Amino acid sequence: MALLELKNITRRFGALEAVKDVSLSIAAGEFFTLLGPSGCGKTTILRMIGGFDEPDAGDILLDGKSLAGVPPEKRPLHTVFQSYALFPHMSVAGNVAFPLEMARLPAAEIKRRVAEALSLVHLGDKAAQFPHELSGGQRQRVALARGLVNKPRLLLLDESLGALDAKLREEMQVELIAIQRAVGITFVFVTHAQDEALALSHRIAVMRDGRIEQCDEPDKLYTQPANRFVADFVGKINLFDVEVLAAGKAALKLAAPGLGEIAASDPRPLRVGERGAFALRPELIRIVDQKEAIELKNRFFGRVKELLYLGDVTLYKVELANGGVVEALMTNAAPGRALFHEVGDAVAVCWRHDAGVYLRN
Amino acid sequence: MAEVRSRARELTKWAVTLPPTAFLVAFFLLPALIVVAASFREPGEFGGLAPWPAHSLDAYRFLFGDVIYLEIFARSFAVAVLTTLICIVLAYPLAWLIAHSPAKRRDLMVLLVVLPFASNFLVRIYAWIMLLGPANLLFTPFAVIIGMVYVHLPFMILPLYTNLENHDPAWLEAAQDLGAPAWTRFWRVTFPLSLPGIFAGSALVFIPVIGIFAVPELLGGTRDILIGNLIKQQFLEDRDWPLGAALSILLTVVVLVLAALATWGARRRRHGAKAAP
Ligand SMILES: Nc1ncnc2c1ncn2[C@@H]1O[C@H](COP(=O)(O)OP(=O)(O)OP(=O)(O)O)[C@@H](O)[C@H]1O
Ligand SMILES: [Mg+2]
Repeated sequence: MALLELKNITRRFGALEAVKDVSLSIAAGEFFTLLGPSGCGKTTILRMIGGFDEPDAGDILLDGKSLAGVPPEKRPLHTVFQSYALFPHMSVAGNVAFPLEMARLPAAEIKRRVAEALSLVHLGDKAAQFPHELSGGQRQRVALARGLVNKPRLLLLDESLGALDAKLREEMQVELIAIQRAVGITFVFVTHAQDEALALSHRIAVMRDGRIEQCDEPDKLYTQPANRFVADFVGKINLFDVEVLAAGKAALKLAAPGLGEIAASDPRPLRVGERGAFALRPELIRIVDQKEAIELKNRFFGRVKELLYLGDVTLYKVELANGGVVEALMTNAAPGRALFHEVGDAVAVCWRHDAGVYLRN
Repeated sequence: MAEVRSRARELTKWAVTLPPTAFLVAFFLLPALIVVAASFREPGEFGGLAPWPAHSLDAYRFLFGDVIYLEIFARSFAVAVLTTLICIVLAYPLAWLIAHSPAKRRDLMVLLVVLPFASNFLVRIYAWIMLLGPANLLFTPFAVIIGMVYVHLPFMILPLYTNLENHDPAWLEAAQDLGAPAWTRFWRVTFPLSLPGIFAGSALVFIPVIGIFAVPELLGGTRDILIGNLIKQQFLEDRDWPLGAALSILLTVVVLVLAALATWGARRRRHGAKAAP
C-alpha cells in the first residue's frame, strides 16, 4: 500500500485554480520530487500535505487514512521550510530537541537523539551555537536534523537547497541522498531545478499550471518525455514541428520544415498526416565532416553558426541548408585538442533513427 | 585624496552631532549639575538657597534620618512595578492583534493608539477626575494606578507591536509542524522572542512612572503621596530646595541602578542561553 496518496486534489484561490485534480501515490522509503516552474502549485500541494491548507476537493491519505481535518501538529510528518524557520532564540541543540520535547520524550532520550541527529548532519560540534552564528549550509542542515530527529513518516522539503550557492548545493545534494538512505524516511522534495530533481529522486512529478504533466523515474522522464513541456523543461533539447509522412514501428518518417525528412521510430500506431513534435537531445547528435561516410539514416548538411565552449563539453549551433538550427553537444575528450570544429565550418549533423522521440500534439 | 575624504567625513560627523550635544549639555547636563550643587547648600529664609558660601550635608542627613522617606520611595517603586505589569498584560493582546491585522488596518490602529497624545495631558487627567469622582474612587490608590496605566499604556504597546510585527510567521508554522499546540507555540516561541519588546516597553513605562507627580497629585489622596509629589513639595511649598535636590538625586540614582541591573540581567540571560545545551 502506498504511504501517501493524493486523490484528485483541487485547490482554488478565488478564480485561480492553483492545483487541478492532482493524484499521486508515494511509496514508503521513496525520494519523490515535485518539479515545475515558479507558481505551478508545488508549495500549495506541500502545504496541503502538511496540513497548513485544505484542498477544496479531493482527499489526502496517509497509510490509507484520510488526513482531512487533522491539524498540522497532529500529523506524523514534518516540513523543512524554504526559509529554514529555525527558532532564533534557541541553540542548535534546542532547535533539534523541540520536536522531541513536543513528543514528551524523557530528557536522557532527547539528549541522545539530538546528538545522533546532529552527527548525522555533521554538526556535532555546533550544538551550543545559535542559528545566527551559522552559515547558510549549516542552517539548512540544522533544519534537516530538526525535521528528521523525531523519525516522521514523511519529510516534506520545500526548495530546501534553493538558497545555497552552486558548490554547496552540490555537496548538500550528495549528503541529502546519503541521509535519506541512512534514515529510510520518505522524502517529498520540491524544486524548480530540473538537474537537482534528476540527481536526487527516485521518481519525479513534473508540474505545470497546477497539473501533473508526467510522473516517472528520472531516466524515463529524460529519455521518454510525455509532451513538449516536459521535454523542454527537463534538460536541453531540440524540438521540431513535424508531420507524419509514413507510419510504422521502425520506419516512421517525419517531415520537418527547415530540416527535411527525418527517419525515426515509435511503437504507437500513428496516423499519416498527423502533426506533432520531434524531440532530440543534443548529446545524441554527432557532428562530422561532410565528406565522412556514415551509416546513419539521418544526415543533414550545414555550417557551425555559434559555439559555446564549456570545458568538458562544447555546444554547437549548426545552421542547416534548409534554414533550421540544430544544437549538438560534443564532449571534448580528445587529448591535446580543444575543439573539433570552428565557427563557419561546413559540417554534417547526424543521429540514429531511434535517438529522438515523436511527441503527439 | 583619501585623507581629504576622511577629514571631510570627520567634519560632517562633528557638524551633525554638535547641535544635539550642545543642547543636551546646556539643558540637561548643566541643570543636573546645578541640582547636585544645590543639594549641598542651605535653604534660604524665604525659599531658594541661602547666600554662597553657606553649605552643609543637612539635606542628606535629614533624608536618611527619617523612615518616612524610605516608605515613600518604596510606595513609588511598588506603584511603578504594578503599573508596568498591568501595562504588559493590557498591551500584549492589543499589540499582538495589531501585528496580526492586515497591513492597511495596522497603520490606522497604531494611529488610534497614539491619538490620545493629540489632546492635552491635563485635560485627559481632568476627564478621569470627572469619571472617578461620581464613582467615589477619586483620591484612592486605585485612581492613581488607573491614571498611571492610562497615561503610559501607549509606551508599552508601541515597542511590543514593533517587536511582534518583526516575527517571522514561519516560526509559528514550524513550531506547529513539529507538534506544538497553540499555547505551547505562544509560550515557547512568541513570548520569549517578544522579551526585548517587553523590556523596552517596561523601561519606557517604569522610569517616568516612578518620578511622575501630576497623576498622583490630581488623582491620589494626600495620605499616599509618591516621590514625585514629595520633590515638588520641597521646591514649591516647603521651600527646602536642598532637600528637594537631594531627593531628585536619590531618585535618579535609583533609576540608573535599576536600568543598569536590567541591562546586565538581559545580557546575562543571552549568554546563559548560549551556554545551555
Ligand atoms: N494564499 C494564497 N492566496 C492566493 N493565491 C495563492 C496563495 N498561495 C498561492 N497562491 C497562488 O497559487 C499559485 C501556486 O503557488 P505556489 O506557491 O504553490 O507555487 P510554487 O510552485 O510553489 O512556486 P515557487 O516555485 O515560486 O515557490 C500561484 O499563482 C500563487 O500566486
Ligand atoms: Mg514554492
